[in-house]
Amino acid sequence: MRRESTAKKIALFGMLVALGFVFSFVEFMLPINLGIPGVKLGLANLVTVVALYTMGPTETLIISVVRVMLAGFTFGSISMMLYSMAGALLSFAVMALLKKSGRFGVVGISTAGGVAHNAGQLIVAAAVLETANTFYYFPILLVAGVLTGAVIGFVSKLILERLKHIK
Amino acid sequence: MRTDTKKNDIILIAALLAAAAVVFVIWMAVSRTGGTVVVTVDGDEYARLPLDKDTVLEIKSSGGTNTLTISGGKADMTAASCPDGICVDHYPISRTGETIICLPNKVIVTIEDASESGADLYT
Repeated sequence: MRRESTAKKIALFGMLVALGFVFSFVEFMLPINLGIPGVKLGLANLVTVVALYTMGPTETLIISVVRVMLAGFTFGSISMMLYSMAGALLSFAVMALLKKSGRFGVVGISTAGGVAHNAGQLIVAAAVLETANTFYYFPILLVAGVLTGAVIGFVSKLILERLKHIK
Repeated sequence: MRTDTKKNDIILIAALLAAAAVVFVIWMAVSRTGGTVVVTVDGDEYARLPLDKDTVLEIKSSGGTNTLTISGGKADMTAASCPDGICVDHYPISRTGETIICLPNKVIVTIEDASESGADLYT
């Protein structure tokens, strides 16, 4: 991995956090409602995937956590933050592991991340509400996670191909 | 930087979709049109209503109020004090196991079999 100057790294951190924050806000303002709670595009995951490929796992984790906290405190609620955090952490863990295995491309990793994000939220919902009933949403959220994750993966791929030329 | 889509990606996506299909088919096989609407607030049972009798129930919780309307054999959340209103947007439910959840108010509306006692599920 090439060495980067601290200033460059800080600038990149700030930019990616800000971008993720804007994506979270856009999604908060324009929710896509399908009558099923928890289904959303997950635009902010775009930043997570791109960061994972351009910066590395530790940096990606920091960016995700900061972004979720910022969004939660600014226009969300504590409970929303809890759900987002669970989704973001599980999604990050799955994507980082799959990337490390080296057997998957961006689309596959992003898809697994989308599914993991929904699974994380579902687990928190089941814990908070003390019921296993929420798992009846699982098939729907699984398909939704695959679709949104694949879309984000394709877009990430396009972005990464262009970023290759910027050093 | 390797960003190319691999065969493994396709297999992964297919496996996830297959898993969803299997869970969905199992769920469709075990669920039937239920007979009882059970409302719980913060894990405690709040009300138990027959699905075939049209009624409107005000659910009062620490978080606020939710209005549950039972009509034409389906239960639907028609109003809620929560900011997001996700439970209000939820489609009306009628099959056993189907659930409408209001996370901010910790209200769960679920459909059960008329014969089932169901108490052990919630304690």
